Amino acid sequence: MAKLTIDDLKKIKEETAKSTSLRDGEANVKITVHMGTCGIAAGAREVMNALMEELAQADRQDIRVVASGCMGMCSSEPNVTVEMQDAEPIVYQKMEANRMRQVFKRHVLLGEVQSDFALAKM
Amino acid sequence: MRELSLHILDIAENGITAGADCVQILVNEARDDDLLTIVIEDNGRGMPAAKLENPADPFITTRTTRRVGLGLSLLDAAARRCDGKLEIETEAGRGTRVVATFGYNHIDRAPVGDIASTITTLIMGNPQIDFVYTHIIDTKDFVLDTRELKAGPEDHSLTDPVLIHHLTQSIRQALHRLVSGNSKSEVTEENHGKIDD
Repeated sequence: MAKLTIDDLKKIKEETAKSTSLRDGEANVKITVHMGTCGIAAGAREVMNALMEELAQADRQDIRVVASGCMGMCSSEPNVTVEMQDAEPIVYQKMEANRMRQVFKRHVLLGEVQSDFALAKM
Repeated sequence: MRELSLHILDIAENGITAGADCVQILVNEARDDDLLTIVIEDNGRGMPAAKLENPADPFITTRTTRRVGLGLSLLDAAARRCDGKLEIETEAGRGTRVVATFGYNHIDRAPVGDIASTITTLIMGNPQIDFVYTHIIDTKDFVLDTRELKAGPEDHSLTDPVLIHHLTQSIRQALHRLVSGNSKSEVTEENHGKIDD
């Protein structure tokens, strides 16, 4: 039985333990990737992958990423909701990897809402 | 859907929505038997009897945001067009087991695809859920059990993006080894996603 990665992972996990202990603190930003059937078929997994890569590079401990289901706006999938503290949640529509990177770099890190991609202000 | 791994992501999310705290995923590529089997099992609340009578009917759904649910219908169609079938066992309060079979070499079978991303997306997006992922290729297998990696149900350190990145790479490498470990170069090889340097 190939369980090769477990020990390696434990090692990586120990190395990252320091940064994750900080991550347990208060989350100031919540990014929701909507992953219903519609979102997945439209490419939500690739959006999530791009988001994870950006997050790994950004070294910010106060950003939380969650997967959720469909919110009923299937024609505009993949949808991503960005909720920042003291600001209205913004729903982005028809996301793809590069749009996600732009939203992360501009909106999440710098606070500039990318209204070109926005579906609605909730 | 373009990849079977996207169906897996979708059906696993169903189980999570049904209140499961552990989702088991099995992919079995039995190339000698020309059979690909995918099993997704959860311990959620189970499916209502009305849905089970005709699970692939998109107009019977428990969702409330709209009146159609396509996840199982799409998987059913994908399996049937490859001479396979979809079977569902469910028990109220105990969970649901979805089994999809495909003709491995059938021309219409979508590739398994980037299953590593599917697994890590599930882990990343659902820190409170445990996942057991087993992938068998002919006689070799690979098992990832997140319960072995967590200190307890409150341990959310697996969602660390750096760790997730390494985890994705490790799964891809492990699958690559599974494929090359079976010295059958004449059979079609699955592409399980690119391994980055």
